[in-house]
Amino acid sequence: MQDGIIELAWWELGIAALLVVALAVTTHLGRLGLARELVIAGTRTVIQLAIIGFVLEALFAVAALRWIALMALVMLLVAGYEVMSRQKRRMTGGWAFGIGTLSMFLSSFTVTVLALVVIIGPQPWYMPQYAIPLLGMMLGNTMTGVALGLDRLTDGAWRQSQVIEGRLMLGMHWHEAVADIRRDAMRSGMIPTINAMAAAGVVSLPGMMTGQILAGAPPALAVKYQILVMFLIAVGTGFGTVVAVSAGSRRLFDQRQRLRLDRLSSA
Amino acid sequence: MDALTLEAVAVGPLREINLTVRSGEVVCLSGASGSGKSRLLRAIADLEPHAGRILLGDLRQDALAADRWRARVMLVPAESSWWGSTVAEHFLEPVPGSLEGFGLSPAVMDWDVARLSSGEKQRLGVLRALSRRPRALLLDEPTANLDTATTRRVEQWLRSHARREGVPILWVAHDPEQISRVGDRHFTIRGSGLREGGCRTG
Repeated sequence: MQDGIIELAWWELGIAALLVVALAVTTHLGRLGLARELVIAGTRTVIQLAIIGFVLEALFAVAALRWIALMALVMLLVAGYEVMSRQKRRMTGGWAFGIGTLSMFLSSFTVTVLALVVIIGPQPWYMPQYAIPLLGMMLGNTMTGVALGLDRLTDGAWRQSQVIEGRLMLGMHWHEAVADIRRDAMRSGMIPTINAMAAAGVVSLPGMMTGQILAGAPPALAVKYQILVMFLIAVGTGFGTVVAVSAGSRRLFDQRQRLRLDRLSSA
Repeated sequence: MDALTLEAVAVGPLREINLTVRSGEVVCLSGASGSGKSRLLRAIADLEPHAGRILLGDLRQDALAADRWRARVMLVPAESSWWGSTVAEHFLEPVPGSLEGFGLSPAVMDWDVARLSSGEKQRLGVLRALSRRPRALLLDEPTANLDTATTRRVEQWLRSHARREGVPILWVAHDPEQISRVGDRHFTIRGSGLREGGCRTG
């Protein structure tokens, strides 16, 4: 541990994999019906992480802005797809993907670039060892917030369409007619992040800090990085959810302020 | 107050609907289920895409922001929806005498929405709209859940309100006797158009 991290051999990972197989066998024998999913998810973990390992090795060796930008773009599009597929009643005509992707782009990319240039300041600013993990954490959390917010918004509008129209009939502005549903959507998008900040260090040791400590960083520095990342995540998720919920609720109404549930696909 | 005018309105199965409800007039509208009565009311309130022109006096529907149009031309649906916990939260200042006129005690304003009966909800739905002082009213079967005596009170109050304030009312109704009591004129939906006068089947 004196300099850096203890080497981990593939056969040592095999021991952990055997434990997963053992768990799968146990659930199979107990007819809990999780064995298949467990094996598939475990296999996916190995393949996906192995691939990303190769990609990152190559990216770190090249360290060219255009390759890092391409990587960031791929990450963004995958996150956009994920946001779309997590919604029960998604907006039709590419709007679910578009609103999700745009709001993540605006918030995650802005916050990541800001943190790299102004706060952390690696040379060059896009140094992949910093840029890629930071962007990954931002996107991962913003994605959760945006997906939860949009899902809650569209589902809420669907379930409460009578209330929304009842308000419109009384002459309320569309903004006022969905105000409480927007508030709910915003809340569901932000709550996981707020909970994570509240529980940090007490209930859970956040993953990034744990990783840095394992890699031999002094805990005091690891804590500073973790606080920075937590704040950035809160800001990114918050602004991302604001943009997504605002654009999404606008899209639920047309220019004559009619509730347009026909713009949502049914489950 | 101004008349409500429909010029060549088309929505759903309806085509070329021309109709004027004059200031202070109650016009009844009937038609079979699915004939498009409710959709026509929704189109007049601009809640449904439609063709043609709709005017309140000289004011065109599309010349106003939709929320301001709906504040003037107010639709009261057959089923009212409630979101607050007490009745009062849904009201602006109730029209003086309207609660009593509808057979409700003024204390109803403090009640929980959850304990309202369907008849109370229906009457309060109309009163809630009136509390916003609309200049035209679209009523979709406003007495469907009321007993005979209460129905009469509500009819009388609304009729005299229309006269007093000059508010045009378009009233969807099925009962021929009610239509003859409240309606100055009566139209029935037949196919894609309106026909003046009764239909025996209601």
